[in-house]
Amino acid sequence: MSKDIRIKRGLSLRLEGEAEKELVKAPRSKTYAIKPPDFHTVVPKMVVKEGAKLLAGDEIFYSKYTDQIRFTAPVSGVLKEIKRGDKRKILEIIIEADAEDAYRDFGKMDASKADAKDVEERILESGCGAFIYQRPYDIVADPKDTPKAIFISAVSTAPLAADKGFIIKDKVDAFQEGINALRKLTPGKVHVSVDDTSAEHLKNIQGVELHHVKGAHPAGNVGVQIHKIDPLNRGERIWTVGVEDVAIIGNVFLTGEYRADRTIVLAGSEAENRKYYQSTIGANVSDLIGQASDSVRIISGDVLTGTQLSNNQYIGFFDNEVTLIPEGDNYRIFGWLPFTYNNIHSNSHTSLSWLFPKRKFTPTTNLNGEERALVVTGEMEEVLPMDIYPMQLIKACMAGDIEKMENLGIYEVAPEDFALVEYVNTSKIEIQEVIRLGLDLMITEVG
Amino acid sequence: MEWIRQRLDRIREPFNKGNKLEKYSPAINALDTFLFTPNHTTKTGAHIRDAVDLKRTMITVVLALVPALIFGMWNGGYQHYSQLGEAFTFWEAIGHGALKIIPMIAVSYGVGLGIEFAFAIFRGHEVNEGYLVTGLLIPMIMPIDIPLWMVGLSVVFAVLVGKEAFGGTGMNILNPALTARAFAFFAYPTYMSGNSVWVSNAGEVDAISGETILGKLASGNEVPYSVMDMFSGVIPGSIAETSVICILAGALLLILTKVGSWRIILSAFIGAAIMGLIFNALPAMGLEGNDLTNFPWYSHLIVGGLAFGIVFMATDPVSAAQTMKGKWIYGFLVGFLSVMIRVFNPAYPEGVMLGILLMNVFAPTIDHYVVQANVNRRKKRLKNANPQVETA
Repeated sequence: MSKDIRIKRGLSLRLEGEAEKELVKAPRSKTYAIKPPDFHTVVPKMVVKEGAKLLAGDEIFYSKYTDQIRFTAPVSGVLKEIKRGDKRKILEIIIEADAEDAYRDFGKMDASKADAKDVEERILESGCGAFIYQRPYDIVADPKDTPKAIFISAVSTAPLAADKGFIIKDKVDAFQEGINALRKLTPGKVHVSVDDTSAEHLKNIQGVELHHVKGAHPAGNVGVQIHKIDPLNRGERIWTVGVEDVAIIGNVFLTGEYRADRTIVLAGSEAENRKYYQSTIGANVSDLIGQASDSVRIISGDVLTGTQLSNNQYIGFFDNEVTLIPEGDNYRIFGWLPFTYNNIHSNSHTSLSWLFPKRKFTPTTNLNGEERALVVTGEMEEVLPMDIYPMQLIKACMAGDIEKMENLGIYEVAPEDFALVEYVNTSKIEIQEVIRLGLDLMITEVG
Repeated sequence: MEWIRQRLDRIREPFNKGNKLEKYSPAINALDTFLFTPNHTTKTGAHIRDAVDLKRTMITVVLALVPALIFGMWNGGYQHYSQLGEAFTFWEAIGHGALKIIPMIAVSYGVGLGIEFAFAIFRGHEVNEGYLVTGLLIPMIMPIDIPLWMVGLSVVFAVLVGKEAFGGTGMNILNPALTARAFAFFAYPTYMSGNSVWVSNAGEVDAISGETILGKLASGNEVPYSVMDMFSGVIPGSIAETSVICILAGALLLILTKVGSWRIILSAFIGAAIMGLIFNALPAMGLEGNDLTNFPWYSHLIVGGLAFGIVFMATDPVSAAQTMKGKWIYGFLVGFLSVMIRVFNPAYPEGVMLGILLMNVFAPTIDHYVVQANVNRRKKRLKNANPQVETA
């Protein structure tokens, strides 16, 4: 059964530096790392010490306040270092990898026939609980909750994002098994949304409701799809899982092993060898790109929502992309003149870039202005295809007005849904951060 | 360019963080960013950003004002010389108007930007660009003969009470430029209305007929101007309000660049036309109208400050309604009320200023109800999903 969703509002940025559709094996990194800050609100409680010998799938730490959620090693090797920041906050747990991975054996299990309790326990003990995120709040899901539905988006619309259809095409069996497992976790439906390419590979998946999604970014965002298919109300929970993560979960049941495979697309105007790489979660970015110069920004993730990395840091847990774009720390004389510098993309028509819809742009990290008070209205609505008033919600978040935030739909959004709003914003306000802080406030006040 | 940059970096050295003049950095930043778009890069959030910024947006509005401003200069001279019955050339007319208008602009920018800079330093934020537009608008909606000190005082009132008292740019309820005009209008009515203020140096000449069309209608005089005169703007009036052609050129730029809301502009003209049509229909309903009610509805759209107010003042994003639906309602009521005030208020033949200011006050209320509809939808959905959950 499939339903069509058409997203009308939004903005598909066409950027220079798209990767070839060719999958190659990434060189194996010497060290891999799990970064607890990737799991927002999780306070890690270590169970192993530095120097411990680990198999892939061995528990490293668990979440202090939701202790059922466990985090496991993506590779086998020796725990080399626990890097800490301010207040001894754990930033990175670095594992020196063996030449070849040895896996902890969880035992095979047929997810479609097994008991729901066993399926849940298997997902948690293998560390796959970390892949399951929840809405509201966009945090790791609490296993004690019962979600009303599970959403998986196999649609990629973000600029230079990995093509999810391409990623999943060789992993369809594992994906199906992962779906079988996830179905046990919810009394509701498992929704999978597909675009043209992923539909080809996922059209025969059983036990899901398939949705064909068409439209500009952020149509691929799972939050937008939830909003169109089965909007979230106060008190409800919806879980979301990444496409490749479903296959990892499936592999745990098929093989009994936690195989933390991660396909990484290397893209962006400054990247060489732009291809898809078969890698493992937590790989060292420099093994993929070498040493980037200071004039290049390394982004783990896509250009709108990713995190900045330095050389020799580690790719984020959930990220399917490494994007390299030029830094923009240069001055532009009279940059405020309308209709000048048309090589910089603008959604506003004060630049002529909108006259060239086919043109590919090479954006830099320049802010193209300075932070100002919110003045211009109407620009945010153009890129947020939700029945939500973005400016009003943002102002409620800034003011910390909980009742207003709730009324205006804070439960339905995640920072990533506001990435384009932040991009087009004339006043250069850090809107994703505003939304994140708003969500954090809701977690402490409402829970 | 490299040379300018280096000079600038040397000049701003004492203003940098940790140095002696750090407190005054907003002032030097305003100058610096006027020359160069800064080299700031994204720190958190999206790594790439749109090319637009507030400077660009505001300068676009200034550009949209230029045709009406230049026409206003020419018309200032034209009205003056033609009333005197003297021969004049195109450049003499422009020159006469420019000599009157440019000092007004200088005073407006000088006083207003001075206050803006002071507040930026005092509050520790950057100078907002909004005043670039406000400062140009204020002289453009004044009579040509208004003394410069009155312009200055109106600016002080508008910026201090109209804007900074509410928290600065983005927080004001009333459009600052209209606040300035309303201040001047109520504080110095003899300089702001009547039949001798709209033509330059009219006081020096006897038997001048410098009344505006609406003024003539209100006092029951003959209107000697054709519809084409009203449309092209060769009539007495505030400096830049007369030429509908130039205003529409500006409107086109605002709409094409999406800086001005076409929803507000269109719905305001519709609102004004409907109010005009209702008045025109009075005789058919058996009521006797007066000269103003019988003034054809399409003429209502092109005389006075209606077009200028709708295109450049009602669309001010801060003081207008902010939601899409709200903009339609707000715009419609601006037009509707402007014509209504025009016709019903015998003391003051122009209603646009008051119409827009009134709707500025009501814009948050309109938005509240539009947003509340969204909130109610969400609550209803919640109620249908979990009937047991109590909706507050």
